[in-house]
Amino acid sequence: MREPKIVAYACTYCSYPGADLAGISRIKYSPSVNIIRVLCSGRVSPELILHTFREGADGVLVLGCHFGDCHFISGNRRVATRIPVLRRILEFAGIEPERLRLEWVSASEGERFAQVVDEFAETIRQLPPIGEVLAA
Amino acid sequence: MVSVGQHENIEILSYSEVEEVGGYVGHFTVKVRKKARYVNADLCTGCGLCQEKCPAKKIPSEFNAGLGTRTAIYMPFAQAIPRVPVIDRDNCRYFQEGKCGVCAKLCPRGAVDFKQEDEIVELEVGTILVTTGFDLFDCSRVSQYGYGRYDNVLSSLQLERLVDASGPTRGRIVTKDGQEPKSIAIVHCVGSRDKNYNRHCSRICCMYSLKLAHLVKDNTDAEVYQFYIDMRTGGKGYEEFYERVQEEGVIFIRGRPAEIVPHDGQLVVKAEDANLGRLIHVPVDMVILSAGLEPRHDAEDVARVFGLSRSADGFFLEKHPKLGPVETASNGVFIAGACQSPKDIPDTVAQAGAAAAAAMAMMDKGRVTLEPSIADVKVKLCSGCGECVLACPYSALKLVDGHVEVEETACKGCGVCVGHCRSKAITVLHFTDEQLLAEMQGALHPLEMA
Repeated sequence: MREPKIVAYACTYCSYPGADLAGISRIKYSPSVNIIRVLCSGRVSPELILHTFREGADGVLVLGCHFGDCHFISGNRRVATRIPVLRRILEFAGIEPERLRLEWVSASEGERFAQVVDEFAETIRQLPPIGEVLAA
Repeated sequence: MVSVGQHENIEILSYSEVEEVGGYVGHFTVKVRKKARYVNADLCTGCGLCQEKCPAKKIPSEFNAGLGTRTAIYMPFAQAIPRVPVIDRDNCRYFQEGKCGVCAKLCPRGAVDFKQEDEIVELEVGTILVTTGFDLFDCSRVSQYGYGRYDNVLSSLQLERLVDASGPTRGRIVTKDGQEPKSIAIVHCVGSRDKNYNRHCSRICCMYSLKLAHLVKDNTDAEVYQFYIDMRTGGKGYEEFYERVQEEGVIFIRGRPAEIVPHDGQLVVKAEDANLGRLIHVPVDMVILSAGLEPRHDAEDVARVFGLSRSADGFFLEKHPKLGPVETASNGVFIAGACQSPKDIPDTVAQAGAAAAAAMAMMDKGRVTLEPSIADVKVKLCSGCGECVLACPYSALKLVDGHVEVEETACKGCGVCVGHCRSKAITVLHFTDEQLLAEMQGALHPLEMA
């Protein structure tokens, strides 16, 4: 089966340590995901996400802290208002909105990180490669 | 407290609220609302004549947890600093009915001033310590325990007031009808370690429950039953005290009570004794609920004003649990005490000392080390729309001459501004678009890069 390419933007204080914990706890998760650290999920701009799709990512995962836990007070709330709008824009452009997902993973949730990634990878596997969608 | 009040370098602004904090570490401007107490603090000598003569006498006293009464012009508690009373507008006859003014007529110094208004004070400070404390859990929320419905179900703070020699009963532990109780049940973990209210352990309740049991044994002949989940007596000398209270004859029952019901003029505590593995009914004359600690009701507002984060339980979040226990995400703002997490007096004193020392060390140094990853504006690209200024959680951005400028000491580098910039004029150093794009491309096309 084709392994999709997924880029995950993970925040420094919750989700990236969460991914670390998944690693040191030796929890298996989909190898499709490539994690890129950003300081806060609020840093992930719409342009960055669109660029990522254009570069050939089949799915983009944005991972931040749970509400109330954001190290930067409210960055996660900002991105939470941005992502639904962007999903509608993706739909308008003919890209399946399921390819973009926002999830909250705390530093202590290694297991949840693996679960989120696996679930997302499974969703993306059901979709055609992004190249075909962009060419259409 | 008296020595703090008399210290030449310390100014106390009591009965005041911080409304706004601007600036950054070393240059904070703090706007404080000094609420009108309707008594001129410069003239008042604290003689207390006004409190004696005030005709509104039947107001439940907050300090005595509702067990005693106070007047409308009152000193919150006997050792209050400064020693100046305050008028409670909602209960004052002058403010409510327009006539009375007994206090103003009697005051030998003419200190009572009904026309006093709130005053706004602006302070320039280098560092800030937030030590706003906690709220006690409202026991009436646990309706099955009947707090507020049954006369002799009291909170731990109310028993604390009863045993105080200067309290409403002069130190006598008595039920509502004035009798000395023959048996008392102390129920642990009310509002703590309970998914329905607060999941956290309030940490101090085990020890104060032991202390109250000891004092009850000391002052009365009552039988004392402690209903607990786990006894958490970690701390210097604490376990020894637990043993001592056991030797004094206090009965420990492992099990959280399900219900408290009145029966034959007594209260029956229904619980499961987990060690015996069966249900028990214990009739007692008085029930004490060991109330847990909660974040203050206004913690959200305080967090917003000072730029603090809060952990999932609602208490203020320290910068790092081990490496920055008194620092916060806002540079130059420190926290200590129960506003950070529930803790006892020795721990609070230790943390407060650490926070004060950290704040002084920072100011003594005269300069601060900044993180390298902070926002950077390309002035030529900036349209001056101000979207980022609104988005910044640290108020680190401001519009100057039609473009945005970054206050480098206030910026934490989160990059929320970048997500809001429409003209790509703002970026975060070390996390620029180019760097993230290169990282992303490298992740997506690994072979080409090799």
